[in-house]
Amino acid sequence: MGGLFSEMFLGALLFGAVTAAVPLLLAGLGEQMSEKAGVLNIGIEGMMIFGAYIGFVAAFYSESLWLGFLAGAAGGIFVAAIMALLCVRLGLNQIVIGIGLTLGFEGLTALLHHFQFSRTYPRLPAAEATVVPLLADIPVLGAALFRHHLLVYLAVLLVPVMSYIYRRTQLGLNLQAAGDKPAALDVAGVDVVGTRTIAVLTTGALAGIGGAYLANVGAGIFVPFVTNGAGFLGVVLAMLARGRPLWVLLGALVFGLCLSLTTALQVAGINIPTDVIQMIPFLAVMIMLVAFGRRSSLPAALGIPYERGAR
Amino acid sequence: MSVDTASDSGALPTSRPGRGGGKLAARRLLLAVGPVLIALALAGLLLAALGVNPFEYYGFVVERGLLSPTGVQQTLTRMAPLLFLAAGLIVAFRAGVWNLGVDGQFLLGAVTAAASAPWLVTFMPVWLATVIVFVLAAAVAMLWSLVPALLKAYQGVNEIITTLMMTFLGTSLANVLVKLVFLDPGTTVPQTRTLPVADRLPRLFDTTISSGLLLGLVAIIAVHLMMTRTDFGLKLRVVGANPRAAVHAGLGVPALTIAVFALSAGLAGLAGAVDIVGVQGNVRADWNPGYGLTVIPMVFLARFNGFAAILYVLLLSVLSIGGESAARRLGVPNHFTLVLVATVLIVLAIAEWLDHRFQQARRA
Amino acid sequence: MSTLARQNGDTPILALEGVTKRFPGVTANDNVSLAIWPGEVHVLLGENGAGKSTLIGMLSGLQQPDEGRILVDGVPTQIRSPRHALSLGIGTVYQHAMLVPTLTVAENLLLGDRWWKRPRKEALRAEVEVLAKSLGMKVDLDAVASELSLGEQQQVEILRALLRKSRVLILDESTSMLTPAGIEELGALMRRLVERGLAVVFITHKLREAAGFGDRISVLKLGRKVGEIAPERFRALDEEALIAEVVEMMFGQRSGDPEEDPGARRKPHASGPVLLSVRDLRLAPTGTHPGLHGVSFDLRAGEILGIAGIDGNGQKQLAEVIAGQLAPASGSIRFDGAPIDGLTVGQRRDAGLRYLTDDRLGEGTVGPFPISLNLLLKQVGQPPFWTGHVERPAEIERHALRLIRSYDVRTPSERTPIGRLSGGNIQKVLLARELAEGAKVVIFNKPTYGLDLANTLAVRDRIRDLADAARGVLLISTDLEELLQLCDRIAVMAGGALVGTVENGADARAQVGRLMVGLAA
Repeated sequence: MGGLFSEMFLGALLFGAVTAAVPLLLAGLGEQMSEKAGVLNIGIEGMMIFGAYIGFVAAFYSESLWLGFLAGAAGGIFVAAIMALLCVRLGLNQIVIGIGLTLGFEGLTALLHHFQFSRTYPRLPAAEATVVPLLADIPVLGAALFRHHLLVYLAVLLVPVMSYIYRRTQLGLNLQAAGDKPAALDVAGVDVVGTRTIAVLTTGALAGIGGAYLANVGAGIFVPFVTNGAGFLGVVLAMLARGRPLWVLLGALVFGLCLSLTTALQVAGINIPTDVIQMIPFLAVMIMLVAFGRRSSLPAALGIPYERGAR
Repeated sequence: MSVDTASDSGALPTSRPGRGGGKLAARRLLLAVGPVLIALALAGLLLAALGVNPFEYYGFVVERGLLSPTGVQQTLTRMAPLLFLAAGLIVAFRAGVWNLGVDGQFLLGAVTAAASAPWLVTFMPVWLATVIVFVLAAAVAMLWSLVPALLKAYQGVNEIITTLMMTFLGTSLANVLVKLVFLDPGTTVPQTRTLPVADRLPRLFDTTISSGLLLGLVAIIAVHLMMTRTDFGLKLRVVGANPRAAVHAGLGVPALTIAVFALSAGLAGLAGAVDIVGVQGNVRADWNPGYGLTVIPMVFLARFNGFAAILYVLLLSVLSIGGESAARRLGVPNHFTLVLVATVLIVLAIAEWLDHRFQQARRA
Repeated sequence: MSTLARQNGDTPILALEGVTKRFPGVTANDNVSLAIWPGEVHVLLGENGAGKSTLIGMLSGLQQPDEGRILVDGVPTQIRSPRHALSLGIGTVYQHAMLVPTLTVAENLLLGDRWWKRPRKEALRAEVEVLAKSLGMKVDLDAVASELSLGEQQQVEILRALLRKSRVLILDESTSMLTPAGIEELGALMRRLVERGLAVVFITHKLREAAGFGDRISVLKLGRKVGEIAPERFRALDEEALIAEVVEMMFGQRSGDPEEDPGARRKPHASGPVLLSVRDLRLAPTGTHPGLHGVSFDLRAGEILGIAGIDGNGQKQLAEVIAGQLAPASGSIRFDGAPIDGLTVGQRRDAGLRYLTDDRLGEGTVGPFPISLNLLLKQVGQPPFWTGHVERPAEIERHALRLIRSYDVRTPSERTPIGRLSGGNIQKVLLARELAEGAKVVIFNKPTYGLDLANTLAVRDRIRDLADAARGVLLISTDLEELLQLCDRIAVMAGGALVGTVENGADARAQVGRLMVGLAA
């Protein structure tokens, strides 16, 4: 039938890798901005799942994927706004609130899903691919990389955009200052809370879109807990990427590859139990953390709420 | 959130004898109970929005979880694993270690118990087998926490992420073990071999309450006493309250960190074992009750005090048992409990902040 | 004679009228009124705890007064935030560097522009060149802030204030991080600024600096303004008379600078046996400290050896290595005749080697824990306070009460969380912990930092008592006066190396100053 190096297997593997990587990429880029500004955003999983649910509902009823992504962003921003209010503005413990938001929205979306969709379990039609002319005709790679939904290309384009923001804009300076020495930023006359809020809300938007993509395009369906740790993987990516958006992309592709092994192996006719394969991405994470964890540089003021004039 | 550790040594930081004491007690009561009530109200609003009468739901939960004879016994039985988990979380959180891997440690402990118990009881007395099963379960869970422990102790890698990843890994591993290694060939349902009821933990007196409850109470009280009365517990608290001071005082932080992980994970593993050997008898494929993370808000509500934690675990148990029943009868899936518990956590954080500001304003 | 009266028909740029600010448990400023005029260096003088920093906080928008009002150009104004203060022309340079360490100088200077704009790097370069030249400053715009010395960082902050068109420049205890030469440079810079028409507010607790650099002095004591010396009087008096007048305002008796009590000058001691012997200690540099490069010295019984040097030149690491907190890459330490390289912190402590850290709350104590436990932080598990791993509350309490009494710690109870105490009382607890029972060599790291005069003198007395009792004292301090007063010998650290040791004497100040800037003594 197939085989480990057949075209079918490689094709399915790479295509799946990109599809799986997009939510991780978005979550990772979002988390990276939060962490740069000094906020450890554990609630990102909650932002993703809520974005996934709202995005799914919107896409289902409006029959428009773009509306779904927009709604996903809104959902993510909603959760992020709670985090911004409680942690950035009031200064509550970021880890505690993060756990609370993640658990709460995982439960909420599961609950809502039960009441709305548990009888029908509706699926969305397959996403329309935007084919890149010429490049899409390359054997194997072409179909795998250049026949995706438009959002995929936009997500990849986000990498240089983020780089630009960090290196060449005033906002980038503010974010770095907010993460490394917020007191210095305050003294220079910039609103630290406002800067960190921008970062957190952006994380919410990106995570929400990532969640919506995961549900609508990646899976085609929303089921409770569908994100299955994608948000946390985003946190890992942000930690390891040391402030560079390009590394988030590379890491996301590596993890995406691991995640897509399940379906790819099935397509190739190779019979390895799903549970074993599901361990691979997390195993890869742990190996990366053991190898590179020590050098994961995190901003000095990470996780510490800023209080002007704190004694 | 801060832990007012001065209150452990019996001292109340801002109390004055006489009139002052009463006000302090009232404030503490408010902080202990208020967040729960507010969360119940908020979650009740959610129920109403979903078309469910919240009073009916809560009434059902209380009636089923607390008032009915069978329900109460189930509630008390359910407390056993929850108490072990609470004990494990108290050790970790007080030492400043965010062991979010409790669910993975729980599952692996459970699988270890489910795999070893039916086999051990065939050739040794039940009490001995039980002891060995518990030791094995704790050991496996401790091993599972070793990598995050070493990463934190020697490389300073944030344990929130490493322990979470180990949970995902552990859940999959548990499934693999159940479905492929320890599968019971004698049944069609994928699960491990079942431990005969006669070989499980004995019931208390005439009830269906598992004696695991007693074990759980012992565990949490022992942890409480250790944290508040021993030098080891003090060292852990210093590391949790001010790691730099711990280094300055020469407390051997890396070794303590590893010890904390081991203790915490071991207790989570015991939670799994006590659930299997006491109640379940086996592990079904894809079984993951997810108790671990729901215990976290209870431990915070209790401000890491072991005795208070017992009460809050009872509360959680009632909500769980009642919620599981409500899932069948009222059509409200027990995901609701997750929402409720998360709301409690957030409301508690806000309440503490309000209290802190109130105190500051009063002192000015 | 109101100090707010119009002077030559000018209005003061800034004026405080009856300003009061309270914090839980303390009134930091009590009904303070003063005026800042352009073209003047106005010194705010007061010991630690007099309320200077709080006053500055209100002028720079970090805090709001509880009572009274602030006038800007004669108009009552509420200074709402640092941004607002900057827009009013008030620039502040804080005691601790407020530059983002990971950004370059240029990027730090650009912070503050609206966030959606592109950083105006070229325009900045041009502005800085003009400004720096006119002030005699040399600035490397592309250097990363963490690489600059503290003096250079301060200059950048002054530059930043000027770039923002500040009319008032507030310098908060700026000299505590400088070499003697650096202090002179700062004084000259202040003159140049004032000549351009700026107002400079110079906060200090050092009488000499106030007398040397100021045009007008306002003296603060315990939150109140207790006196002012206007420019005319200032110019009329010579330095000694000026100091005497100020001292009278602060302490009610005419005398010299109490911190410079000549009667307390160290008398040379016949030294005893070597108690601490450090040979060739080496430690790799990191991003935060320069490491140690072959530090060697001997400390004798009855001797006070000072370690001078600008903050951040390896002094703290030296202390941590000797105490056992940090493992050196190589080198050896002998204590009381025996090598201690393999001993832990606890073991060295038990042997009599004590370390009093400068970071009282960050590292020396656990804020939320009661005083009684903090006193035993380095003896956890030891009998009689713990027997068989179990805590003995009665013993712990008794021990604490005894030490609280003998070290005069002001606290409601031994169970009070130590974070609630004042800085001076926390230091007393630390002294009690390290000095009581069995101390042979004590390492002090900036022991009087942030303390008011009474506590400062008390700590210095304890140090002298230790030496008189034939103990060894290693005194690390950035306060040159303190070192000159207390030490038998003063060693200077720069860049992680011991660059020279000076016998305390008439020449010592100049010699140490030279060593600190890298010249041979």
